Amino acid sequence: MPVILKAENINVYYGAIHAVKDVSFHVNEGEIVTLIGANGAGKSTILKTVSGLLGSRGGSISFLGENISSVPPHKIVESGLAQVPEGRAVFLQMTVEENLEMGGFTRPKSGGRTRLERVFTRFPRLKERRCQLAGTLSGGEQQMLAIGRALMSEPRLLMMDEPSMGLAPILVEQIFEIINDLNRSGSTILLVEQNAQMALSIADRGYVLENGEIIKSAPADKLLEDDDVKKAYLGG
Amino acid sequence: MTFVLYLINGVSLGSIYAIIALGYTMVYGIAKMLNFAHGDVIMVGAYVCFFAMSSFRLPPIIVVPLAAGVCAALGALIEAFAYRPLRQAGSLAVLITAIGVSYLLQNTALLLWKSNPRVFTSIVGTDVIKISGLPITYVTIITILTCVAIMAGLTIFTGKTKMGKAMRACAEDKNAASLMGINVNVTISLTFAIGSSLAAIAGALLCSAYPTLSPATGSMPGIKAFTAAVFGGIGSIPGAMLGGVLLGIIEIFAKAYISTQLSDAIVFAVLIIVLLVKPAGLLGKHAHEKV
Ligand SMILES: Nc1ncnc2c1ncn2[C@@H]1O[C@H](COP(=O)(O)OP(=O)(O)O)[C@@H](O)[C@H]1O
Ligand SMILES: [Mg+2]
Repeated sequence: MPVILKAENINVYYGAIHAVKDVSFHVNEGEIVTLIGANGAGKSTILKTVSGLLGSRGGSISFLGENISSVPPHKIVESGLAQVPEGRAVFLQMTVEENLEMGGFTRPKSGGRTRLERVFTRFPRLKERRCQLAGTLSGGEQQMLAIGRALMSEPRLLMMDEPSMGLAPILVEQIFEIINDLNRSGSTILLVEQNAQMALSIADRGYVLENGEIIKSAPADKLLEDDDVKKAYLGG
Repeated sequence: MTFVLYLINGVSLGSIYAIIALGYTMVYGIAKMLNFAHGDVIMVGAYVCFFAMSSFRLPPIIVVPLAAGVCAALGALIEAFAYRPLRQAGSLAVLITAIGVSYLLQNTALLLWKSNPRVFTSIVGTDVIKISGLPITYVTIITILTCVAIMAGLTIFTGKTKMGKAMRACAEDKNAASLMGINVNVTISLTFAIGSSLAAIAGALLCSAYPTLSPATGSMPGIKAFTAAVFGGIGSIPGAMLGGVLLGIIEIFAKAYISTQLSDAIVFAVLIIVLLVKPAGLLGKHAHEKV
């Protein structure tokens, strides 16, 4: 399987805070790779850096063989990398359909209908609410909208930042099922989670992040068995 | 009957405020800043019209789009050089910069065009027509119609076009918008350009109704329109429209029935009362985040 995303020695700072330290990882085509770590470990910072919202000091990020380290975020989306941001960040004052339209912003107008229908087939709930403002949706529906919106750009790689955050357990299961399903239908996924148990149970490989550093990387089933990981992230 | 006449004149003056207020509110919506130089862009637009008509003898149909184009470029330039570098800075720094830009424009105008007031030739003539016995100037009618057209145009633009929707997306969340593939810088430039071209149109209408033009011409209407934008709910396009028109009506009625000297004080008193009752303005809303 070819490497689709490769980050090497990225270092990200917020002023004097060194939030991400010499982090390297990669994602192969067709995989679900998860990045687990406690709150504040630097997970979101890494995704924002890959998306181009933050810059790395040194190091490099390549996507589909192109160096994207200094490409602006809107161009990165165009090249096939989408992100479902932390806390969903749907446009609350726009309708469901408008949110989805924004997701397809970089794609030609011609296929718009087909893409929209494809998302509606996956999330019939969104179709029922297409004319409603996103701000009136429930948390779970907003998460589906955020995922659907990212899918509208037909990404080669989908990055998700804590999609299960703040959702009731039943919805958490549903979201992970959706992720698994997306992967089976061909999407490559980089999943950031605090819910390590769930994330590792659907992932192929995982990286463990602590204080901005990757301290472990292994196939997901190995990490589920790992004593340190069990103790720190799997509740025993 | 004079009441109706005052009302029509109030709506017309208010339409000018509304057109200016749209610029304040659109820029505030997307850049979260008060562009205090906006009033001076009105003045620049009016001077462009003035010279295009007096020196180059161009017809109004060319003059107004020309002024709108010049001011659009000016607005985008101001954003790129003065405000963009401060995008991450505190709001006080941005405010001071905006006031600085305002002085820069006024003083450049003083230097280039001197302080002596110019007599502005109305872009639509000075004809008066009688509508059921009421003498109404062309300028009044054209101003109201222009305002309606602009409102309709902006409603379609923000509601139906891809770029307009991108603008709303940026206004809500710039990071999320760039994750959609929207070029945030271009979108903000475009917003400044649109707002500034509206200021130019307002300048042409304002000086057609009140035909003296000087480098300070934009200040007071700028402040009033800013007030109108806050009055209607800053960030809201219909709010700017409503606020502008109401402000114009209140001002004309205050002048007609109470006192010419006190009219501005009355306008601001109304604003204060409205903000005490409705802090977000008439149509302003506070977005609630869902968790
Ligand atoms: N905008 C910011 N300014 C300053 N520090 C930040 C900012 N965002 C995150 N940080 C800090 O960077 C570190 C990593 O944060 P983040 O990437 O959000 O972690 P995670 O997503 O793993 O919870 C934390 O220590 C956090 O406090
Ligand atoms: Mg995070």
